[in-house]
Amino acid sequence: MSAWALEIVATGPLATVQDRGRPGWAELGVPRSGAADGPALALANRLVGNAPDAAGVEVTFGGLQVRARGRGVWYAAVTGAPGAVTVDGVPAPFAAPLALRDGAVLELGPPTSGLRSYLAVRGGVDVPPVLGSRATDLLSGLGPAPLRTGDTLPVGEPAGPLPRVDAAPCSAPPKEFLLRVLPGPRDDWFPAGAVELLCAARWTATSEGNRVGIRLSGPELRRERDGELPAEGMVAGALQVPPNGQPVLFLADHPVTGGYPVIAVLHGADLPLAGQIPPGAAVRFRSARA
Amino acid sequence: MSGGTPLLGVRRAGDAAVLAELEGLPAVLALRASLLAERPPGVDELVPAARTLLVRYDPSVTGHDDVRRTLAERAAGLAAGDVARPPGRLDTLTVPVRYDGPDLAEVAALTGLSAAEVVARHTAPLYTVAFAGFAPGFGYLTGTDPVLHVPRRAEPRTAVPAGSVAVAGGYTGVYPRSSPGGWRLLGTTDAPLWDTDRDPPALLVPGRTVRFTAIGVGATA
Repeated sequence: MSAWALEIVATGPLATVQDRGRPGWAELGVPRSGAADGPALALANRLVGNAPDAAGVEVTFGGLQVRARGRGVWYAAVTGAPGAVTVDGVPAPFAAPLALRDGAVLELGPPTSGLRSYLAVRGGVDVPPVLGSRATDLLSGLGPAPLRTGDTLPVGEPAGPLPRVDAAPCSAPPKEFLLRVLPGPRDDWFPAGAVELLCAARWTATSEGNRVGIRLSGPELRRERDGELPAEGMVAGALQVPPNGQPVLFLADHPVTGGYPVIAVLHGADLPLAGQIPPGAAVRFRSARA
Repeated sequence: MSGGTPLLGVRRAGDAAVLAELEGLPAVLALRASLLAERPPGVDELVPAARTLLVRYDPSVTGHDDVRRTLAERAAGLAAGDVARPPGRLDTLTVPVRYDGPDLAEVAALTGLSAAEVVARHTAPLYTVAFAGFAPGFGYLTGTDPVLHVPRRAEPRTAVPAGSVAVAGGYTGVYPRSSPGGWRLLGTTDAPLWDTDRDPPALLVPGRTVRFTAIGVGATA
């Protein structure tokens, strides 16, 4: 632990500690978890010279305020869903290393597009790891609890030198999300043309969305087969179709097994984008052959 | 003799996983044991279930076709004995249970047994942990006496106490922590089912065999 810490002044709707998650425990019922937009957290870590497995704060819908505590000058960076960043009320650049002194308050406004922003701090958030990860898993309750006002997060030792950059170019999430899917594994539970319907329709992300998954609203994806599918392993990005025909898109904290057929799975490269889908956003799918 | 076990199919589950379909749990666990004993390059996670094994891989290391080929080879190479009794890394776990659950009388009524007979039927089999899910450390145990195949409660409980031993839908399970749940509660155990500081953190690991023993004076004394 370094001599630095972050005091949580305000959390916004939801702020959690995230890193690359805890792969390898699924057969014990533990989701992978980790940052919903992994590349965004990775970029924030790079901007402050952290190792790729360092933990940061995932901020949902902005609203986070943290006060830096320590001596000298320390660094932080904000990436992911873009929004106003201020340090002591003064506008500060997005996706750039920000110098902080003791007592400085960094604040994230609501995102102008996308959903989740990431705060990395030089040295990383140094809460105790659980099963090799500091990620908050909202489904299983593993890792630190969601942040609360008054919490203090310890900050670790720097892993490497600060990179010599002023800012990193990054694209903002779109207003309408176009995601590539691979059909299956249970597309044969649906009539011919179901994957085409999935890809032709314009879906709406409902307000029932969190780190576990997003319930989508659109045309009914009717099943061809009746009966129950014995529970089987699930992956992040799976589009699971419950009996009401409205798919659920699984994100980082998804259940490891499930009993509804999965019509298609997101291309892995598009999974981070799915982590940026806000409620109400339009979502379209495009079938990709691997 | 090595007749192999039929791999009924390999389905794509995105670009970083496949779902291998097998005849049943013994074949699933045997294939899993083979992959754990000698892990194919790039394969980083296995999720067994009743009739499937989800195989996750790193697409920067291996690919769909290679994984599919490896699974076919491994399945073909399994001996009949491996499938009948997949090699497990852990001894049979004995779980002491106080059969004082709030649903014991109801399960007795549903099955036409006395409460004591429910306990006798529940403690008789050697169970196998089929797969995990629902919560960390929650194992779905197969081997339940068919008489005890009762449906879930129509109205799930909002809070099932940690350590509750329960049956539903042909499975037996133990709630590792307090959570909502719709299974029928037969009793409770103090066994430490989940401890993230232990390796493995779960007592109920896929493939492990389990017995329940009745302890103390419960509703059945």
